[in-house]
Order: sequence, then C-alpha cells, then structure tokens
Amino acid sequence: MTKVSITVDGVLHESEVEPRTLLVHYLREQVGKVGTVVGCDTSSCGACTILLDGRSAKSCSVLAVQADGSSVTTIEGLAGDEWHPVQAAFKECHGLQCGYCTPGMVLSAVDLLSENPNPSEAEIREGLEGNLCRCTGYHNIVKSVALAAQTMKGGK
Amino acid sequence: MIPSKFDYVRPNSVDEAVAALKAGGEDSKVITGGQSMLPLLRLRLAAPSVLVDCARIDEMKGVKDNGDSVTIGAATTHWDVLHNDIVKTHVKLLADATATVADPQVRHRGTFGGALAHGDPAGDLPAVVLALDATMEIAGAKGRRQVAAKDFFVDYFTTAVGPDEILVSITIPKLGKGWGTCYEKFNRTASGWAVVGVAAAVKVEGGKITDARIGLTNCAAVPVRASSVESALKGASASAAEIEVASQSAAEGTRATSDLAADKEYREHLMRVITARAVSCAAGA
Ligand SMILES: Cc1cc2nc3c(=O)[nH]c(=O)nc-3n(C[C@H](O)[C@H](O)[C@H](O)COP(=O)(O)OP(=O)(O)OC[C@H]3O[C@@H](n4cnc5c(N)ncnc54)[C@H](O)[C@@H]3O)c2cc1C
Ligand code: FES
Ligand code: FES
Repeated sequence: MTKVSITVDGVLHESEVEPRTLLVHYLREQVGKVGTVVGCDTSSCGACTILLDGRSAKSCSVLAVQADGSSVTTIEGLAGDEWHPVQAAFKECHGLQCGYCTPGMVLSAVDLLSENPNPSEAEIREGLEGNLCRCTGYHNIVKSVALAAQTMKGGK
Repeated sequence: MIPSKFDYVRPNSVDEAVAALKAGGEDSKVITGGQSMLPLLRLRLAAPSVLVDCARIDEMKGVKDNGDSVTIGAATTHWDVLHNDIVKTHVKLLADATATVADPQVRHRGTFGGALAHGDPAGDLPAVVLALDATMEIAGAKGRRQVAAKDFFVDYFTTAVGPDEILVSITIPKLGKGWGTCYEKFNRTASGWAVVGVAAAVKVEGGKITDARIGLTNCAAVPVRASSVESALKGASASAAEIEVASQSAAEGTRATSDLAADKEYREHLMRVITARAVSCAAGA
C-alpha cells in the first residue's frame, strides 16, 4: 500500500491505496464520489472526466498514486449554493437524456470555458472531443455550453 | 478491468529513475502521462512488476531555446507543448501535429516523450521528429547517449530506448528562413487516430522549392521519410500542379498494411493525396 494525500472537492484526504488503484475507483470507492462514473475500458468515453489541478483528465486513465499531492474536482464539488452555470445550462437546454455522460461533459465544458470563454460552435465540439454521448446527438450539449459561456460572461 | 499488481516509485531525478528501473529488474517500466500505459494496464496487456513514474522529474520537463535548436523535455505534456511560445514560434510543425493528438483530457496528461517512446505506428509525433531530423537524449546505467530520429524508431512499438533506459529530452533543429511546414492528417471522425498522416517542411526560394523533408505516419511499422518525393520536389515550382506530380511517388519505400480503417491500396492512394496536400500547404501553394 502507498500513502497518498489528495484534495477532493476541497477536502484533503490522506489514504492508503494499492498502486494499481485507478483514480476513478479511489474517488468512487474510497472517497464516495459516485458522481464520477466509468463508461468504457479504453480511455475513450470521458464519462469519468474530473478536473485534476484545474485541468480535465480521464480519472480511469490516472492511477491514484499519480494524483498524490494534487487537487481533484468531481461533478459533486462543482456546485456551490446554486448550480454551476454549466450545470444550469445543461438543465435549461436539455443537454442530457440518460445522464450517464453528463458529469464528464460538464467538467470538460468547464475546462473548455476556462481556457476559451467565448468558443465558437466548432470550438465547443472540438473541446468535447474526448466525451462520448450515446443519447443526445450532441446538439443540445453544444447549445448548453454556448449558453453557459454567455451566462458566465454575464458575471455569474 | 483492474490492472494486475505492481509496485510504484516516483524518483526525483533521471539518475534515481535509471537506478529504480535497474533495481526493478526486467519487468520494470517507465510511466509518464500514462495515457498509453493505463489502457494497456487495464486490459492487462502490460503487467509490469514496477512502474517508475518520471512525470515529476524537473529535468525532463519544459522547453529550452538553444539558439539554433529547441530542446523539449520528454515529460513535457502535449498541453504544455501546445502552449509554449518557443515551440509555437520555432517548431510550429510540432505544435500543429500535437493539436491533432487525441482530445483535451489526454493532451493534459500525455507527454511528448511518452508518445515517441511508445512507438505507435499511428502516433502523429514520430513522423514530425523524423521530418525535422531531431535528436533524442537517452539515459541509462552507462550514461547518456544521443540517437538520431532516423535510428530511434526500430519496429512496431519498439524504439532505441532499452528496457533499462529513459528518454530524457528531444532536440529539434530550427528551420531557417524560407521554410514552411504543415501536418496533414486523414482520420475518421469517430477516431482521432491517423489513417495516414504527413508531416511536411518545405523551403521555397523565388517561387521554387529548394529543399523538402517529409515524414509519413502509419505507412509502415515505423515512421518513414518520403525520400523520393523529397528529391522530386527539389527544383520544382511551388505550385499545386507540380507538387501533385512530385507526390505520386509518396508510397515508395513504405510498407502499408491493411486494417479496419483502410486496405493497403487505399492507404497508398491516401499517401499520395495527403502528401500533396501537406506539401502544398507548407509551400503556400
Ligand atoms: C483516447 C486516446 C486517443 C489518442 N489519440 C492519439 C492520436 O490521435 N495521435 C497520437 O499520436 N496519439 C494518440 N493517443 C496516444 C497519446 O498520444 C499517448 O498515449 C501519449 O501521449 C503517450 O504519452 P504518455 O506520457 O501518456 O505515455 P505513457 O502511457 O506513460 O507511456 C507510454 C509508453 O512509453 C514508455 N515511456 C513513456 N515515457 C518514457 C520516457 N520518458 N522514457 C522511456 N520510456 C517512456 C512507457 O514505458 C510506455 O511503454 C491517444 C491516446 C488515447 C488514450
Ligand atoms: S471510463 Fe471511459 S474514458 Fe474513462
Ligand atoms: S445523455 Fe445518455 S450518454 Fe449522454
């Protein structure tokens, strides 16, 4: 077992993990952040996306030991008293159907908007390249991100 | 799937990492970004005894301007390469190719050196370092050695980096005045991987092409130079028509295979078409 200290959604966790523990399993099973989900075994779907030191990463493709000393934001830590503007926009624009891809979509969108607050439709689609959705056909997801960009510019 | 058991060490220097690889025996492996390693571990296609994490070794990160060349640490992430001003100014071909690698999440973690050491024939960056005549610095128990890009890629997923060695940095000569570059990639929408990719650097003087360097992605077990196109281009006018004629020999010297994305014949057709596009774009034609 290896000792790791990882800040998850603002709370520091000192834990013992096996080196082979994937960050996503650590988050779900040791920290209880079951909002972060696993959708594939090939690093393709992005359902497991979290923010690792502020940048999006696929938590199925990071070992917990690699995240030692880092700070993780999961979908559960995104909202304050109100929804994060990206979450609110997904609700407003019906950016989800089954919702399985949503935690990852939302966090990828947050990452995209932090780098590019004013993305074009093409830039939104490219920014979400690492996230697959089997339900929506993406159109409403793209609309959601565009709306979030607008509301966030409004100082929300 | 859950990976099989392994030990994990995170050394702070290249020397410590080399020692850890040696101490771990023949089944010890380097990990940096883990973006190729984690999928292999999960499918248990890789089952190392020890993983030596080189992601936090300072010497292996960052970009340095040496005047006539640029040195990039092997553990520099794709994202850091993309956002580096020295790279954007002096090694634009690398920035352009890196922008096509995978998706934002993978680019945040995956590293330049990892993408080269992995030796995937479909990887985009090997063709770039081959076209730009880069040199790799490799560290092992006997010290450091320099390996030219043309000798670095040995076979499918096999490079000059030995099992107890570490790729430390990559040095890329700057192209002088008159050079233009372009990375042209043909891929299916659902998968970012290149069916065929072409990294082109072309020197144009007075409307004529005077020098050309072309690296091909996914046209053999290793990246290859389109040498006969390079020769045919020398002296040609920088026009789309002459470039297209010169690009007809793009498949010479390649060893294309057939796979789900393309059979051999179609892949060879793509080599000619994508080479012409890349060269035209690099030459401003
Ligand atoms: C979904 C997905 C899509 C992708 N799409 C593309 C694409 O379109 N184009 C493309 O080119 N690539 C693509 N990749 C691959 C990606 O570029 C590589 O996974 C990544 O950059 C490899 O770097 P890494 O640091 O993650 O390597 P790791 O996974 O850490 O290591 C990979 C291999 O290289 C060895 N290694 C790593 N660093 C060193 C070193 N410094 N010295 C010696 N050996 C070392 C490791 O031992 C291992 O065998 C994709 C990957 C994923 C998951
Ligand atoms: S679970 Fe599919 S990319 Fe992580
Ligand atoms: S809403 Fe069902 S997978 Fe995206």
